[in-house]
Amino acid sequence: MTPTLASATRPRGQRDTTPASRTGVMAVLLLAAFYFLMPIWWLIVAATKPAGHQFSGSGLWFDGFGLVDNIALVFDVNNGIFGRWMLNSIFYSGTAALIGTVVSAMAGYAIAKYAFRGRGVVFGVILAAVLIPKVMFTLPLFLMFNQVGLLNTPLAMLLPSIVSPFGVYLASVFAAQSVPDELIEAGRLDGAGEFRIFRSVSMRIMTPALVTIFLFQFVEVWNNYLLPAMVLNDTSLQPVVVGLVGWSASNGNVPAGTVVVAAFLSIIPLVIAFLSLQRFWRAGLTAGAIK
Amino acid sequence: MTAVTTNGASARVRRWRTPWLFLTPFLLLFVAMYLAPIAFAFIQSLFTLQRDGLGLTAPTLAFDPFANYARVFTDDEFIASLGRVLLFGVVQVPVMLGLALFIALLIDSKSARGRGFFRLGSFLPFAVPGVVAAVMWSFLYSPVTSPINGFLESAFGFTIPFFSDALALWSVANVVTWCWTGYNMLIIYSALQTIPAETLEAAKIDGASSWRTAWSIKIPMVRPALILTTVFSIIGSAQLFNEPTVLKPISGGAITSTYTPLMAAQAQVAAQNYPYAAAESVVLAVLVGVTSFVFFKITGRGDR
Repeated sequence: MTPTLASATRPRGQRDTTPASRTGVMAVLLLAAFYFLMPIWWLIVAATKPAGHQFSGSGLWFDGFGLVDNIALVFDVNNGIFGRWMLNSIFYSGTAALIGTVVSAMAGYAIAKYAFRGRGVVFGVILAAVLIPKVMFTLPLFLMFNQVGLLNTPLAMLLPSIVSPFGVYLASVFAAQSVPDELIEAGRLDGAGEFRIFRSVSMRIMTPALVTIFLFQFVEVWNNYLLPAMVLNDTSLQPVVVGLVGWSASNGNVPAGTVVVAAFLSIIPLVIAFLSLQRFWRAGLTAGAIK
Repeated sequence: MTAVTTNGASARVRRWRTPWLFLTPFLLLFVAMYLAPIAFAFIQSLFTLQRDGLGLTAPTLAFDPFANYARVFTDDEFIASLGRVLLFGVVQVPVMLGLALFIALLIDSKSARGRGFFRLGSFLPFAVPGVVAAVMWSFLYSPVTSPINGFLESAFGFTIPFFSDALALWSVANVVTWCWTGYNMLIIYSALQTIPAETLEAAKIDGASSWRTAWSIKIPMVRPALILTTVFSIIGSAQLFNEPTVLKPISGGAITSTYTPLMAAQAQVAAQNYPYAAAESVVLAVLVGVTSFVFFKITGRGDR
C-alpha cells in the first residue's frame, strides 16, 4: 500500500451534536441518495419485469419475474449482436488500458525520477493535455483516419485510447510518492540496468497505483461514445455503448423493453468494478485533487 | 543529480538517455494521436470544397485560408449552439458543484451517520457510462413511459413537459448533474479529509459553530479542489455531446442536430463537409483551451 491509498480518518466527537441537526443532516442526505439511486433502482426493477411490462405498474417496485427470459431475449436480437458488443467493449477497454498503463507508468516514472533537460516542458505539455478533453481531438482524429484509411478498423479505436495524459500525470505523482530514490541507487550499485530497475523494483512498488491507472483508463475507454461512434461504422466492431444507443434510437425496431434490459446488462461489469475496487478510486481522485 | 562514480562518462550518457527512452512510447503516440490530428484538421480547415453546379463530378479542394473561419463566425446555428452551451455552463456548473460541496460537507459533518453508504451512493452514477445514463433517463423522461410523470399524474394530477422548449436544456443538465455530482463530491470530500484535526479542534475551542467552521475554515481550505472541479466541469460543458444526442430522438424536435457546438461539427462531418467541420473543431478546441487557461490564471494557480 502506498500512503495515499490509506484513508485518513479523524477522531470525531459524537456527543456535541443535537438530535435536530442529526435529523436535518440525515434527511438531506437521504434525499440526495434517493436522487442518485432512484434511476438505477428503476432500471434494475424494470429489467426484472416480464418482457413487455417494463413500463407498467409502479416504477419503484417489482412485479413478476422475467429477468432470465429478458436476458435471453437481449442476446437473441439481431443474431446475438449484443454479446459481440460486450466482448468488443471488454477487448477495447482491456487492451487499451493494459498497454496504456505500461506506457503511462514508464513516462510518469521518467518524469518523477530523473532530472533531465526538457523535463519541465514535457510535464507542462502533459498537464495542458489533461485539461483539454479527448473529445476535442475526436473529430480531427476522424478526419486524419479517413485520410490514411484507418476507419472501421479496431486500431482506429485502440490507438487513441492507449494515450492517457491523465495516466502519465497519476503515474508521476505516485512514482514521486512511493518509489524511494535510495532503492533505485541501490539497484544501480548492484549493477542492474535502468530498465531492469524499473521493471523489477519500481513497477512492483507502484502496483497499487498501476491498478488505479488501469481502472480509470478502462472505464474511460468503456464509456467513450463519440470516438467509436465516428470511426467504427461496422456494427460487429462497435462497443456496447454505441450499439445500445443505436438500439435506443431505432424507433421501436428493437422494443424499448429490450433496450432497458440491455442497458441494465451493460452497466453490470462497471458497477462490480466500482464496488470491489473502491479504494483505488479514492486514490486516483485524491491525487487529482491535490495537484 | 549526482552520477554514480563507476564508469563516470558512460553512466552520465546513460542517465541522460534513459528518461527519454522511457518517454518514447508515450511521446510517439501523443504526437500521432493528439498533435498530428489537430495539425491535420488545421491544414484541412484552410481549404474549401468546390462543387460544380450539378454535383456530377467529385468536389475539388481549393486553398482559401479564411473562408471556413469566416463562415464559422457567421453561422447562426453554430453561434446559437455556443450560446446554448454557455448558458448551460453558467447554470449547471455552479448548481452541480454547489450540490457536491454541500453533500461533501454534510457527509463530513459530525451529525452524519452511514458515511460510507452516502459516499458510495452519490458516486455510483459515475459508474454508469454517460450515454447509458442518458438512455436510462430517456425512459424516465419519455412522454410514453415516464414513471416520474406517471407518479405525478396519479398523485398530483400534473406532469412535467421534459422536452418543452423551456425545459429541454435543463432536462439535459439534470442527466449531466446526476452523473457527475458524486465524482466532484468525492474529490471535495477527499480534500476535506486532509484538513488537520488540530485546525478544526482550535475552531471548536474558539466556540465556532458547525456552519461557521464550514464557511470560514473548511471551504477556504478545499479551494484548490473547488477550482479543479470547476475547470473540469467548464471543459465538460464545452464538449457537451452524448446526453443531447441520446435524448434527441425522443425530444420531439426540441433538441436539434446542431444543439451543441460538437453536435454541429459532427453534423458537418456526417454531411461530408470535412474542411468546414475541421474549422469548427479548431475553433472549439481553441475556445476550450483559452477558457481553461484564463480560468487558471484568474484563480492564481497558473503561476505555480
